[in-house]
Amino acid sequence: MPELIKAKEPFRFYTRLHLSELTGLRASTLNQLLDIIKEVPGSCIYHHTHRFLQQHQYLSPEPPNDFAYWVTEALGENELGERLASIDTIQFSNIRSLREKIIETIENYLKNSPLAKLKFSREGEEFHFIKSVSFVLPTNYVAYDLKDFLEILNKITIDSIYFHIFEARLRLEKKTNDFSIWIETSIGDKELADKISGLDPYTRTLEDLRKTVMKIIERKISV
Amino acid sequence: MAKIEEYIPIVGQSIIDDLKLLAEKLKGKVIQHINSTSVGGGVAEILSRMVPLLKELGVDTRWDLIKGGEQFFEVTKKFHNALQGGTEIISRHDFDIFMETSQKNIDGVDTYGDIVFIHDPQPIGLIKKKANNKWIWRCHIDVSNPNQRVWSFLKDFVADYDAVVFSAPTFSQRLPIRQFLISPSIDPLSDKNRELPQKVIDSVLSKYSILKDKPIITQISRFDRLKDPVGVIEAYQQVKKYIDCQLVLAGGAATDDPEGMKVLEEVKEKAKQDRDIHILLLPHNDIEVNALQRASTVIIQKSIKEGFGLTVAEALWKAKPVVASKVGGITLQIKHKYSGLLCHSIEGASFAIKQLLNSPEYAKKLGENGREHIRTNFLLTRHLRDYMLLFLSLYHPEDIVYL
Repeated sequence: MPELIKAKEPFRFYTRLHLSELTGLRASTLNQLLDIIKEVPGSCIYHHTHRFLQQHQYLSPEPPNDFAYWVTEALGENELGERLASIDTIQFSNIRSLREKIIETIENYLKNSPLAKLKFSREGEEFHFIKSVSFVLPTNYVAYDLKDFLEILNKITIDSIYFHIFEARLRLEKKTNDFSIWIETSIGDKELADKISGLDPYTRTLEDLRKTVMKIIERKISV
Repeated sequence: MAKIEEYIPIVGQSIIDDLKLLAEKLKGKVIQHINSTSVGGGVAEILSRMVPLLKELGVDTRWDLIKGGEQFFEVTKKFHNALQGGTEIISRHDFDIFMETSQKNIDGVDTYGDIVFIHDPQPIGLIKKKANNKWIWRCHIDVSNPNQRVWSFLKDFVADYDAVVFSAPTFSQRLPIRQFLISPSIDPLSDKNRELPQKVIDSVLSKYSILKDKPIITQISRFDRLKDPVGVIEAYQQVKKYIDCQLVLAGGAATDDPEGMKVLEEVKEKAKQDRDIHILLLPHNDIEVNALQRASTVIIQKSIKEGFGLTVAEALWKAKPVVASKVGGITLQIKHKYSGLLCHSIEGASFAIKQLLNSPEYAKKLGENGREHIRTNFLLTRHLRDYMLLFLSLYHPEDIVYL
């Protein structure tokens, strides 16, 4: 086993916990949904496109967002549901552009399927807009090399993994994830950093993501 | 009473570490819960488990009660029903009684907490004592379709709070204050949910003369029309035409509740002489409920209206395949075909039960997914975390809070 490189700067693991705040806004038609999507804060779009990742991480990765789920289940608009579900979230480096893509997808669909405007959800099945309030706090886990990093990665919460992979990338508008940034700048291993940033985290469960990142690092340090 | 460390094997060390980190951030704050009773009912049950755990984590948490006479509680019971959409007639006199008792409590209760956490409508009027401290109103009731007269009466109080907490998104209202979504939870170490030795399960089955020779379908609920026990029997009868199975309907019905006794009679009439239908009027016996759930092949919750539906969480936690109505908080717990099956009708329920009985592997997968979903989202530890985040949010209005 090669000697481990000591990091220039240690990696402090943070965790991100969220609280759901209700907005009192609800939609029962596609037009209402669209109007509200245009107005709500970014933390609301974030909640509805990322909630499933944390709440359903043991299930298969679908359904990927609340909008897709609702138009399919409550309005029976399967085609639009599929289009919303297949929005490639990882391509968007900020919430604003993700919101625009969602709006564009619904508007285009409504242009071609005007009858969809007439559909109402059943009573009690309206779409309720919720926003995420995020609390970011440092944990007591600190890694000084890749071995430490691997050990900690195995035991931290999925919330911590979530924070470093998703929150950093999209909401805080960083280009890649925190793990890759640290591995590249503090360990000096660009190849390893790129391998991790090349993963599409949105099509995996968080547990699977943890295992995959661990495997990549394990392979690297055992070479 | 379980200690916080005992939850580690269930949720993992890191979840408990997070709770400790949050608790540190609340050092120096006094949290004062206030409700109307220390025993009986869901609120007292939750508080009796939460308060000691928060204390153990180092959060200075106290629990106080308001006082009220028989008349006051009759009025608040009416409020409760009206808020859930019932057709209660509430007179001016009822509101006067409420205000009178509220005033006595305003005079008599010391609201010393840095954060005063008021549960349900009974103590809501204490907000008139608000000083420089923070106040939260926790609404445990389904207010998705409230009686407007009662709601607008309460709304005047609610508007003076710093935040309100609801259990499901459908309960949210247009309000001038922040509203948070915090679901209830189950305690995996309580008698109702802890692991049971097979011999305990068998002894409960034997006590109620239930044999294990055919699949057991179970609904645990009080005998109440909103739980649709008659509909459950009809669904079972449709299943029974194709699959030999048995039905357990178990729950309480207070003898002083004439409506409950009437429903029980209707259920017995509907069941007639079918020896495979077991109607069990259980006293409050959590271990027996636990054993019946664990012995079941499929668990059903065919409610017509449901605040949250903790029995669903209990069943999923036992990795049981569940068929439940798509109402209230049940939809937070079950995603159709992922962690259970949802239905809208008796026919839908019977079809779903048949699917599960005929496809045990599929049923097993749904149950396993359901258990993990509950582990992540509906255990007491998540509830503790949300409450601590709620307390912290009172001092941080922003959407991203760096602690």
